[in-house]
Amino acid sequence: MKSRTIKVDCLARVEGEGALVVKISGNQVTDIKFRIFEPPRFFEAFLRGRRFDEAPDITARICGICPIAYQMSACHAMEDAFGVKVMGPLRALRRLIYCGEWIESHALHVYLLHAPDFLGYEDAIRMAKDHPQEVQRGLRLKKAGNGIVSLLGGREIHPVNVRVGGFYKVPSKRELSTLTEELKWAREAALDTVRWVATFSFPEFERDYEFVALRHPDEYPFNEGRLVSNKGLDISIREYEQYFLEEHVAHSNALHSRLKERDAYFVGPQARYSLNFDKLSPLSQEAARAAGLGKTCRNPFQSIIVRSVELVQVCDEALRLIDQYEMPDGPAVKVEPRTSTGYGCTEAPRGIVYHRYRMDDRGIILDAKIVPPTSQNQKTIEGDLWQFVPANIAMQKDKLQWRCEQAIRNYDPCISCATHFLKLQIETE
Amino acid sequence: MALRKPKLAVWKFSSCDGCQLSLLDCEDELLAVAGAVEIANFPEASRAVLKGPYDLSLVEGSITTPHDAERIHGIRRASKFLVTIGACATAGGIQALRNFKEVKEFISIVYARPDYIETLKKSTPITDHVFVDFELRGCPINKYQLVEVISAFLNGRKPNTPLHSVCAECKQRGTVCVMVARGTPCLGPVTQVGCGAICPAYDRGCYGCFGPKETPNTSSLSSGWTQLGVRERDLMRAFRGFNAYAEPFRRESEAHEK
Repeated sequence: MKSRTIKVDCLARVEGEGALVVKISGNQVTDIKFRIFEPPRFFEAFLRGRRFDEAPDITARICGICPIAYQMSACHAMEDAFGVKVMGPLRALRRLIYCGEWIESHALHVYLLHAPDFLGYEDAIRMAKDHPQEVQRGLRLKKAGNGIVSLLGGREIHPVNVRVGGFYKVPSKRELSTLTEELKWAREAALDTVRWVATFSFPEFERDYEFVALRHPDEYPFNEGRLVSNKGLDISIREYEQYFLEEHVAHSNALHSRLKERDAYFVGPQARYSLNFDKLSPLSQEAARAAGLGKTCRNPFQSIIVRSVELVQVCDEALRLIDQYEMPDGPAVKVEPRTSTGYGCTEAPRGIVYHRYRMDDRGIILDAKIVPPTSQNQKTIEGDLWQFVPANIAMQKDKLQWRCEQAIRNYDPCISCATHFLKLQIETE
Repeated sequence: MALRKPKLAVWKFSSCDGCQLSLLDCEDELLAVAGAVEIANFPEASRAVLKGPYDLSLVEGSITTPHDAERIHGIRRASKFLVTIGACATAGGIQALRNFKEVKEFISIVYARPDYIETLKKSTPITDHVFVDFELRGCPINKYQLVEVISAFLNGRKPNTPLHSVCAECKQRGTVCVMVARGTPCLGPVTQVGCGAICPAYDRGCYGCFGPKETPNTSSLSSGWTQLGVRERDLMRAFRGFNAYAEPFRRESEAHEK
């Protein structure tokens, strides 16, 4: 029994502290390791024996920046297991709270974590001395996103109102409409954001990535859809583990994910955008075009523009959802546990997060598997550096170091501190 | 001579980053705080790192590796005041659930190559390792309490953060008691205030993310839950949450573990 479980559950949660080691010998790069040394926390292990309805609150604690993503994937997996579908206004509210998390998370990354790289500041606080208006705008945007999460979820970090089947309490139409004014401002601010970041200068850098994201017939993806790629992948969420593999490598406490047939892949805003351009609202498409983006974006340094376009998209979507909202009869659909396995995969701000749970007849979790976005991007991040460093080997050491950090921040690794805590060593032999 | 700004440092151990994110979530106060202090170490926000000593260190996360058990001593030595923030730092966090099991088994459940993983048997709060000047509770902490603690320490006074139970906050909010009125099991009577009593306001019972209040009567609350029809296993799980290793909650969960 034990040896079987070892085999099935070869999975880590990821996030947190990362380090990068680049080894250069002469003009040759000999080794690159993006190392995640965040101490392991064993979520999959201690979820065993917990009740199914505890999963959203427990897994939220994997990440303080995107708790909604974990709550949503957990809820969808449980509902899949118990044959429940959440529709109508409850489904719309889930999309809305996800909009809030995307706004909060994207604004944080664009303004506070990534833009300082392009403008040459150590951080946004120093940047604020020269660019006060932009930083203030970023903070206010972030607050607008947090406003949605707080109203619907009770608080910004680890919200308390999400549950399997829906919510504990749903807002009235009037309560929701208090968000409208600020979101109208936010939508304009998001358009300004796209214009602003489009003026940054970007290194010439492209790779032929395999983008992986959800795709839904009618919507820009959040909670539902098929998993697709630009290289022919088109599967249901239940088939995830047949196509993707995780490996444990010595230099990282995060498991590396890869496609069984083709190796590394890329998840997150750029993948979503490139696979779902046609599902963006007309306003978002127009903003993207005006910023000089095509329907596909292969330069990871331009992820900051894509993230900003998504800001426009979710502000727009949030306003639409609020406008069309009608208060449902009850806050949640009834859920009856049974012996089953459920699968869920949703789009966290930084890419797909996959959950799988097996339950007994009382809804007690027998085993769990969680694949966060950052572990899926690890291999691609290393791949970028393998191409970027040799091409820029003549660059001054400090400058090259900063550029490498920036290349990792392109992916907004869950817990951006993972990259801001980077200990980059460039060893010249 | 201009006054030197106090140096603020933020340190991370095993955690989800949510508590330090609370500082960045102070959208209206962030630039003011940043203007009053010199941010000397805050990796989530800045790549700049200044040398110690630090006037105030905020420590997030629990101790789970041999390396971290060493690292915290260096931080203590470099800090005039050391304040722990959040359930991980003050009680060991959700990852302290390992403390009730055999950690080797945990590693093999999650990782294919257990030999690559270095970890301690228990996840422990910072105060088990070094002297802590103040503990700010919560999973996550309340950002307004965080601003209060920072300004208190920078001004040489005691932080004003109440220690009574969530029940008082429900009364202040005017929330009808979910346990009395609807029979919803609630940890509010034994849990410290600070969150704003949000769960009952959202029609659910408190799940204890601010940890035990002063002198909590957990066994009496358990009897109340039992009368509502809650089973022993569920009582055990309720106390074994985000503050599972805080002494009163740990004892109570063990009392229901059979």
